[in-house]
Amino acid sequence: MPDQAIIELQGVNKWFGAFQALKNIDLKVARGEKIVVCGPSGSGKSTMIRVINRLEAHQSGRVLVDGTELTDDLRAVETIRSEVGMVFQQFNLFPHLTALENLTLAPIWVRKMPKREAEALALQLLERVRIPEQAHKYPAQLSGGQQQRVAIARALAMRPKIMLFDEPTSALDPEMIKEVLDVMVELAREGMTMVVVTHEMGFARTVADRVCFMDAGEIVETAPPAEFFGAPRTERAKLFLSQILGH
Amino acid sequence: MSTLALPRPAGAPGALGWLRANLFSSWPNGILTLLALYLLWRMLPPFVDWAFLDAVWSATDPKACRAAKGEGACWAFVAEKHRFILFGTYPYEEHWRPALGILVMLALYTVSALRRFWRPRLALFWLAGLTVVGVLMWGGVFGLRYVENERWGGLMLTLLLATFGLAFAFPLSILLALGRRSQLPMVRGFCVGYIELIRGVPLISLLFMASVMLPLFLPAGVTIDKLLRAQIAMILFAAAYLAEVVRGGLQGIPRGQYEAADALGLSYWKKTALVVLPQALRISIPPLVNTFIGFFKDTSLVVIIGLFDLLTSIKVSLQEPAWTGFGVEAYIFASLVYFVFCYTMSRYSQGLERDLDRQERPGARMGALRDA
Repeated sequence: MPDQAIIELQGVNKWFGAFQALKNIDLKVARGEKIVVCGPSGSGKSTMIRVINRLEAHQSGRVLVDGTELTDDLRAVETIRSEVGMVFQQFNLFPHLTALENLTLAPIWVRKMPKREAEALALQLLERVRIPEQAHKYPAQLSGGQQQRVAIARALAMRPKIMLFDEPTSALDPEMIKEVLDVMVELAREGMTMVVVTHEMGFARTVADRVCFMDAGEIVETAPPAEFFGAPRTERAKLFLSQILGH
Repeated sequence: MSTLALPRPAGAPGALGWLRANLFSSWPNGILTLLALYLLWRMLPPFVDWAFLDAVWSATDPKACRAAKGEGACWAFVAEKHRFILFGTYPYEEHWRPALGILVMLALYTVSALRRFWRPRLALFWLAGLTVVGVLMWGGVFGLRYVENERWGGLMLTLLLATFGLAFAFPLSILLALGRRSQLPMVRGFCVGYIELIRGVPLISLLFMASVMLPLFLPAGVTIDKLLRAQIAMILFAAAYLAEVVRGGLQGIPRGQYEAADALGLSYWKKTALVVLPQALRISIPPLVNTFIGFFKDTSLVVIIGLFDLLTSIKVSLQEPAWTGFGVEAYIFASLVYFVFCYTMSRYSQGLERDLDRQERPGARMGALRDA
């Protein structure tokens, strides 16, 4: 495993009111590594990856991304966010903008990229997610799978060092899941650092360097996929796998 | 197409079918239809006679009107007094200036109504337009004679109050609405206090305060003229109402939109200007236009502090001894002017809503699939 960590969580705790969502989380992600995070719902998976770009603020512990610690310093947070792409379960495309405009917005306004250049980049990325012909449609005119691919391209338009995926296929109709996973597999092959919260165990098997199993706000088990799926060490992981693969 | 779609079964054919389905579908419905027809028959022909057939359309002498009184309307009154109704006591030979001003304002409305001009530059266009209107009205530069604003009046004044009022109240309301949702307690507290305070007071009392009480508090020698004070009062008033409308729109934006913008590294102001407001304002179009319409008509309340808006100048025209007694015609005309403006706004907002719906909301999905 490469030694250089691009994401480092050290003893991170997070509460929502009295409810502790994250308990003493330690996680190191190396540059180029692909981590799949799984676990039952409410286990803190989403919260954990949302801490990485500070969509959620942690209350104790340290979060370091690309060498910068995330604190209340808004400037630093905005810089880190522009380096970290995120894909949401509900796509969250901007409905008042076309697919192309969704992609060019942040490069133009955050990166100060000239419009022409941003559009060229956007078209190239839409090509990469295989929907160049939808460039001038609005999100509402696209299928769920197409919207999610636009959302991935939108994140890539910032040329991020890290990509976070928060259950990217959970809101999709079954026949559209593959087209999104294909794009993600391709991205992984190109060497992107990825942290993916997903229930797609097939994806975890083929792509992940490590699978991170969470339950009740803790990381219970971290292991390479072959090991995790073949011989889970903990009872909780065994139970989870039997439930998710049991049919 | 893989399967043949069946043609939709035809309903009852023709006009007779329509009548039965819509006007005589049941006994009560039939009775209501007949009653409505009877009322129309009783009211419409006399009104048409009075308003059009027997009306006096032009006469420099009120006598012609007097003769027709009770039989036909005296539109000659409006024809005779139209300059005063449009421009109040503005110097007669300078009337081209307010007339041009009205055209400039109409141009501003038209350009703002077209979606392809919805760019930040539109604000500059408004600034320029309003400056031109101000210069035209006031004069004192470019060889234009200075006209003190006590002499502004009529439809021009109504449009001025409404246009300047909304042009300043709208941006202010956006700031207030954003402030009300701010994380900063001081900002939020101020905005909530402002909005609730102003909304809790009738416009009339604000106008009174602006015209009567405010001068008492100003240091000796400092005067702000009456029109400006009224205009400011109206801006503050409209801003509070519009702020609540905009806030409603802001609340309609899902959290995911904020998160997506945050995740891209957009700062607060960029997120607000590029992602949140464009969507929030679109949701708010119907209630915004509703408030605009209300505000446009509320400008007539300036009568209580002695300004001559459209309605007041009509009232004053009626006080001229020769033309007393034609109030019905005068007020029908005033209503018509208000109606034209308000109905235009209303139709525009409906059309706009439909357009935006068709293009950007899930309803558009079917169209997209058919194209594919």
